[in-house]
Amino acid sequence: MDITCKAEKSKIYIYFIGELDEYSSSGVKFTVDSIIDKTATGQSVFFDFSQTTFMDSTGIGVLLGRYKKLKKLGIKGYVYNPSFQVDKILQISGIYDVMPKYKRG
Amino acid sequence: MKNKMTIKFDSVSQNECFARNVIASFILPLNPSVSDLSDVKTAVSEAVTNSIVHGYPDCVGEVTMTAEICDRDLHIIITDSGIGIDDVDKALEPFFTTKPDDERSGMGFTIIKTFMDEVKVVSKVNSGTKIEMIKTISKQAV
Repeated sequence: MDITCKAEKSKIYIYFIGELDEYSSSGVKFTVDSIIDKTATGQSVFFDFSQTTFMDSTGIGVLLGRYKKLKKLGIKGYVYNPSFQVDKILQISGIYDVMPKYKRG
Repeated sequence: MKNKMTIKFDSVSQNECFARNVIASFILPLNPSVSDLSDVKTAVSEAVTNSIVHGYPDCVGEVTMTAEICDRDLHIIITDSGIGIDDVDKALEPFFTTKPDDERSGMGFTIIKTFMDEVKVVSKVNSGTKIEMIKTISKQAV
């Protein structure tokens, strides 16, 4: 999985490109955390899952961990443009209660 | 249509991806709907991850995946000879995890149960775990 990011005014977009599973999760956590640490002045972080081709429950754990981190920093987190498969998993997890879903447009 | 296959692989993390791609290739002749294909891949990924992370926490062991197609019924069995699950009912509860510090969601079995039609988990401490899953695969809408 590749992680890229884009900063736009007070918003930070983090893109999850490829497959997020247990194998890729430790690298993903490390990269996302360092992006958050470097850009922690922003008001909100959008986790973009439009290019995520696969995700299993490992992704729920990764997002919950990032949610806790953002909460400590007083930053709001959002799930942005989840693909069909990602959306299905995240809906079951109930994570949208703490990290609302946002769609482009 | 009738078909079956078995693969055996090491309990290393990169095989999570290998196993879910194998099952996807195996059911492809059924022309599955996008939704069913992704459900089956996810369920296999969850079951195999369980064996790799929890079945063999301190060593590399063997994981076996057997799959059988009978008409449009898919039957998958994933087994390991790892440490086993002490309390299966507890493990099946949503959000239950033995590794909370690891940022694990405890949603693996819940997702398997949601995505597959039937799920059975049999486990014995110090001898291993067997996960059986059944799903009827619907045809892709034309």
